Amino acid sequence: MATETLHHDAHADEHEHHDAGATKVFGFWVYLMSDLVIFGSLFATYAVLMRGTAGGPTGADIFELPLILGGTFALLISSFTFGMGVLAMNANRVGQVKMWLAITFILGLGFLGMEVYEFHHFIHEGWGPDRSAFLSAFFTLVGTHGLHVLFGMIWILVMLVQLSTKGLNDVTRPRILCLSLFWHFLDIVWICVFSFVYLMGVL
Amino acid sequence: MSSSSQSSSHGSVKSYVIGLILSLVLTIIPFGAVMLGLFSLPVNVGIIVVTAILQILVQLVMFMHLDFKTEEGWNMLSFVFTVSILALVVGGSLWIMQHLHLNMMIG
Repeated sequence: MATETLHHDAHADEHEHHDAGATKVFGFWVYLMSDLVIFGSLFATYAVLMRGTAGGPTGADIFELPLILGGTFALLISSFTFGMGVLAMNANRVGQVKMWLAITFILGLGFLGMEVYEFHHFIHEGWGPDRSAFLSAFFTLVGTHGLHVLFGMIWILVMLVQLSTKGLNDVTRPRILCLSLFWHFLDIVWICVFSFVYLMGVL
Repeated sequence: MSSSSQSSSHGSVKSYVIGLILSLVLTIIPFGAVMLGLFSLPVNVGIIVVTAILQILVQLVMFMHLDFKTEEGWNMLSFVFTVSILALVVGGSLWIMQHLHLNMMIG
């Protein structure tokens, strides 16, 4: 630890910007961990309430797996395209970064479209969050994830604007790294959602 | 210091492609098992749990580059701490509510 600190100080000047960026990314990581606790609490709530259907439909009655599979593919591939964007950033290719971010945005839009369609369909059929404890917990958990995806997409748009006006610099690079962590994190939450809510619910 | 100044910025096209293929395969396996209904209930649950854990590891390692080196291990330490808290919250909630359910004879 002591030698690391000394080593750090000796190179403080040349690494100043990099280290400030790394600190931002680490701070964002700590935020993501707190977000993970929120999702964990919502998962616990869902697990407790999932049998409280109050005479309404169960998960096996209403979940449509082909639809969920489509949305899952969109989100998984978008995680990959964002990774390609980060690689393009490391290679200092602004145009490619913007292209990969735009593709990620479109895939995110596809996922969100799937979710909005599903929610609309459920509410239209009278299976809204007011129907039963199961559906309340379901809409809260899946809706919170969907809201995160929406905010991630707004963030992507903001970064596309900033890349056009500021380009790649010590301000925009850490922001894109933070956004990439956010996007991959949403993928991890979704893996838990489709495994433990949809697949387990249909069994 | 090179490890912390490059946090989350390493990786290659190859590692991302491998990550993508692994995550797609690990998605198709549980969906296929459930949708085709080939296996019994306990086997299906086992397949879903195992592929979900593997899939999360693929995301953490291949895409988020979580390891013991970045930020001198603080990323990993905070992650392990959070997962421990979650194990208490989720496991404890299920345990308590299960007993409440049995004792109150509701539902």
